Amino acid sequence: MKRSYANRDLIQRLGFSLLTLLALTTVFPILMVVGYIIKEGAPAISWEFLSAMPRDGMRAGGILPAIVGTLYLTIGTAIFSVPLGIAAAIYLSEYARDTFLTRLIRIAIINLAGIPSVVYGLFGLGLFVIFLRFGTSILAASLTLSIMTLPVIISASEEALRAVPQAFRTVSISLGGTQWQTIRRIVLPQALPGILTGVILGLERAAGETAPILFTGAAFFLPRLPDSPMDATMALPYHLFVISTQVPEMPFQIQYGTALVLLIFVLSMNIIATVIRSRARAKRQW
Amino acid sequence: MIGKQRNGVDASGYPLRKEGLRKRPRVNEVIIQSVLFFAGFFSIFTTLGIVYELGKEALLFFRTPEVNLWNFLTGTSWQPHINQFGILPLVTSTFITSAIAMTIAIPLGLAAAVYLSEYATEKVRKTLKPILEVLAGIPTIVYGYFALMFVTPLLRSIFGRDVVEIYNMASGGLVMGVLILPLVASMSEDALNAVPRALREAAYGLGATKLEVALKVVFPAALSGIAAAIIVGISRAVGETMIVAVAVGAGPNFTFNPFRGAETMTGHIVRMSGGDLSYDSIDYNSIFAIGLVLFFITLTLNIISQRIVRRFREVYE
Repeated sequence: MKRSYANRDLIQRLGFSLLTLLALTTVFPILMVVGYIIKEGAPAISWEFLSAMPRDGMRAGGILPAIVGTLYLTIGTAIFSVPLGIAAAIYLSEYARDTFLTRLIRIAIINLAGIPSVVYGLFGLGLFVIFLRFGTSILAASLTLSIMTLPVIISASEEALRAVPQAFRTVSISLGGTQWQTIRRIVLPQALPGILTGVILGLERAAGETAPILFTGAAFFLPRLPDSPMDATMALPYHLFVISTQVPEMPFQIQYGTALVLLIFVLSMNIIATVIRSRARAKRQW
Repeated sequence: MIGKQRNGVDASGYPLRKEGLRKRPRVNEVIIQSVLFFAGFFSIFTTLGIVYELGKEALLFFRTPEVNLWNFLTGTSWQPHINQFGILPLVTSTFITSAIAMTIAIPLGLAAAVYLSEYATEKVRKTLKPILEVLAGIPTIVYGYFALMFVTPLLRSIFGRDVVEIYNMASGGLVMGVLILPLVASMSEDALNAVPRALREAAYGLGATKLEVALKVVFPAALSGIAAAIIVGISRAVGETMIVAVAVGAGPNFTFNPFRGAETMTGHIVRMSGGDLSYDSIDYNSIFAIGLVLFFITLTLNIISQRIVRRFREVYE
């Protein structure tokens, strides 16, 4: 078995180029999606589009109720999922011993993260909309989104808490701090940027989701702003779904415009999270 | 100062309190810990709640005289209005779209992972990874819309308008592949990075080239982690909803032709939400039965992937 060195070198170079090419191909189609939506959607964006009610069966006017609705749903999701998620993360990182129950909790969190969002939608429909009689409402949709977002927030926050060096805790306890004082005054402030990043990424996912709110709180067409948590609401992702599949003779410009507004809404959350993380990393002394 | 103590009096003669030196329970610490424990326990509660909720409605569905389990699992026609509830057309289209997605995501994702882990300079890696992360946040409905407005017309102009229907599985599957790509790439890269340096150095020491090390040493060593990444990718594809709901079609269709429209399990659930769904109907119960099937498929895939990862860890640590 003899192989020439030149041949081997050639294979080496070919392999490298091919891998580089394929790796670049990974980014390319995704950038194409973003570029396409920006290019087609930008002409639709105007003050009226952002601030007016839809008219003519959504074929004209603006998308204000959908923007406000997505904002409400994101805030609603934050109200439920952030305290609960951070509390669970603190328990897992600071208190939980390696017992059967703890392991069960971890298995549950990992598996909840893998459940399709549409299944959460069905769960929310059965539990919040029908059993608890919240109806299709901002409340029911926010609760459904919260339950879907929890595993993301818990995992990210736990990771951030665990990253705080053990020595910080030891010092605080040795100075007479109780465990909770240690967590509240030492561990949490140190882990805060990491937790915040995780929280924003979780909420970003919730803001862009369509399937969980389909059954639980999204309104097809509602030309006014919701005025109570028991109201149904329009929302950007669901609005895009509706106008791209269910409304005949829908002007493309409004569709692309809606897609772009949704994209900007979600990606700006993502960019904020990334900035918080990189700033915190630069400042960090440990 | 170790002196003998008399009962009830400490070394300096002061009387000891009843509790002695035992740690006093701090009430608010206990309360806080219980609240935190409840928050942690909530996840188990949610999991059980999901199984119960889906199971309850699915049971009502299977109890109705029009339905039996055998026809549900083997029937090739899903038409609720004439009481035909065979889930196969929904399952086949789910697997066809997932298969198309994986033929995109596996080769590209693995190539990107090998490149990032073995070749890329720190600078390239530090630029590419955050970009991929930011883009992972794009809502799937936007991908679905892109599939419908851009990929479908493209496919129709390449293969002909008679061949490719407006709603088709190929378009949805391809875009789903793009969606899953970063996930497969990033999980596989973690697996490749976890391969010990010693293995690489030993191979270099024997005269292997960089490509040989990457493909013949590191890649096989990380194979189980990569398998886990692929399985998680499949699970994501099976559960992916909005891309298929927008681009793949709006009617169950028992076909294996990727250029035809069909309806996946997730897509069907979404469409049922559009109509006037009454909460006591067989239609309503049927989407929970589909949801339950979906839940078990994705759960099984996720558990398999976790098992593989755990076994993989034992080898090197």
